[in-house]
Amino acid sequence: MSHMSTLLEVSGVSVSFDGFKAINNLSFQIGPAEMRAIIGPNGAGKTTFMDIVTGKTRPDDGRVIWGEKSVSLLKMSEAQIAQAGVGRKFQKPTVFEDQTVHANMLIALKNDRGFLASLLYRPSNKDLARVDELAGEIGLSDQLDRLSGELSHGQKQWLEIGMLLAQEPRLLLVDEPAAGMTLAEREHTTAILVEAAKTRAVVVVEHDMEFVRRLDCKVTVLHEGSVLAEGSLDHVTANSRVIDVYLGR
Amino acid sequence: MRQSFIQKNPSILIFLACLALFTLLVTVASEGFGLGFISTSFVKTLGKTLCLCLVAVAMDLIWGYTGILSLGHFAFFGLGGYMIGMWLMYERTRLIVVEALAQSDIPPTPEEVVSGIGSQIFGVVGSSDSPLIWSFAHSLPLQLALVVLVPGLLALIFGWLAFRSRVTGVYLSILTQAMTLALALYLFQNDSGLRGNNGLSGLQNLPGVSAGQDQVSLWFFWASALALGLGYLLAAWITSGKFGSIIRGIRDNESRVRFLGYSVEVYKLAVFTITAMIAGIAGALYYPQAGIINPAEVAPIASIYLAVWVAIGGRGRLYGAVIGAGFVSLVSTWFTGGQAPDIPLGFYTIKWVDWWLILLGLSFVAVTLFAPKGIGGLFDLLKKERAK
Repeated sequence: MSHMSTLLEVSGVSVSFDGFKAINNLSFQIGPAEMRAIIGPNGAGKTTFMDIVTGKTRPDDGRVIWGEKSVSLLKMSEAQIAQAGVGRKFQKPTVFEDQTVHANMLIALKNDRGFLASLLYRPSNKDLARVDELAGEIGLSDQLDRLSGELSHGQKQWLEIGMLLAQEPRLLLVDEPAAGMTLAEREHTTAILVEAAKTRAVVVVEHDMEFVRRLDCKVTVLHEGSVLAEGSLDHVTANSRVIDVYLGR
Repeated sequence: MRQSFIQKNPSILIFLACLALFTLLVTVASEGFGLGFISTSFVKTLGKTLCLCLVAVAMDLIWGYTGILSLGHFAFFGLGGYMIGMWLMYERTRLIVVEALAQSDIPPTPEEVVSGIGSQIFGVVGSSDSPLIWSFAHSLPLQLALVVLVPGLLALIFGWLAFRSRVTGVYLSILTQAMTLALALYLFQNDSGLRGNNGLSGLQNLPGVSAGQDQVSLWFFWASALALGLGYLLAAWITSGKFGSIIRGIRDNESRVRFLGYSVEVYKLAVFTITAMIAGIAGALYYPQAGIINPAEVAPIASIYLAVWVAIGGRGRLYGAVIGAGFVSLVSTWFTGGQAPDIPLGFYTIKWVDWWLILLGLSFVAVTLFAPKGIGGLFDLLKKERAK
């Protein structure tokens, strides 16, 4: 992959907690409009990988390079990384439960993040239209005035994805979006993510093979903190080492 | 969608109307202005209660809305009191000294006046010079500025250090208690420059004003009501819009807010500093009505009471904080002021002066366990009933 078409480049990253190597010389690249699934057994380092990219965890070693200007994300705070265009969805749906769906979307909407700007903020017609549009995309148009704590599990997941989209990130990191969802909800979630990946990079961490198959994208298999295999789902599931460490169990 | 924050939240207007009505009734019934049903000392009690309501609103902003249980906001309250107390005491002493020196044949030099003031104020702590921190005490505008600047600056520095290190939850509460204790211990020292445990006194007398206490008490009562009204409006405005959404987000899920690209520390620091300034203003209005301020006022327990009031009133709603502070502090005055009748049980007499604290502690536990929304939660029940 040429340098120009790389949005995020992680190279040679290692991190250990109390002697346990959670990430071991990991290298990973993703382009500006690409869907990628990351799979791997428990403890393979999937969540730690996300923590490193979003600035929550500092690696002991390696580089994380972002965007056309090739800036290092390692020197930036979580908030700065988010502002630079990295959005993250947690495994458990995390929305602001005692606020309406509309208020949740307004907080997330891409605008000046300074405290004075927030204090003086009045939603413009453009902002309100954008919230309506996004609510349509995630299927919550008729729920805007409800408290988000009252939503179903699946709806909360969509709301959080909608909030991520409202941030207008260039890279979306999504941790197990399909967990606990019904079949119909999964289909809807797949559609939202596939649509999002047309204009930005989307990385989905997932356990569920069936869901990964639906995404129909390149797959990276993590094992013991480094990349074990990469390619189409059929390609990696045919890999004997992958079968040994992950699928064979 | 384009309603003002007051239209969106009618409880603000209801509150302001109640406050205005209350102010009017007290004024008409007071000794200084009207019918004389309410004694001057009780007008002062009510005025002080309004100041406590204002600092409770600040506490609700930082705790109920932002989720930071500060156990140090009464320190900011006390600092505001000290700042205004310095001017009141200095100016009043100056007038007395000037008058006394005017008896002599030769008019006094400025140096004589200054040294006279120094020995009058600091004689009790064995000094006759005004310490450096009294440099601005001659000027009302400067001391008024310090009423907000000193608590604000302390909060800014303390908050910056604490929030930057990501100290949260109970650890932050302990840290704010430590700050309060350190401040109180410092003020207790005779060489702190604030008269040690004597504190500042005679604050009820406005220098150069000949009006009696029945009048002055009303002026401070009005000022306190105005400050509470404005403070309430400010707090309602802050919490109504996107800023309010963000701080409640920080309370409920800090890391989600952070990953949305907001610098959580800056928001916490902003609320911490603004509320410290509001607390300073409340203290500056309170202590001239109390007449005296000493380091015991800043003791850590006072800040804990503040949290108890807000919890009992119902945190996360501004009128809850006002109800809690007003109700509990007035009941407390009643129980501890000797007005409450003791209950003789034959073998033992329940003296409320002793038992009030236990009653308060029990109600705090009961509210926490059984009614986490506090007294304010009753309004939700009412609303639900009406909706049926």
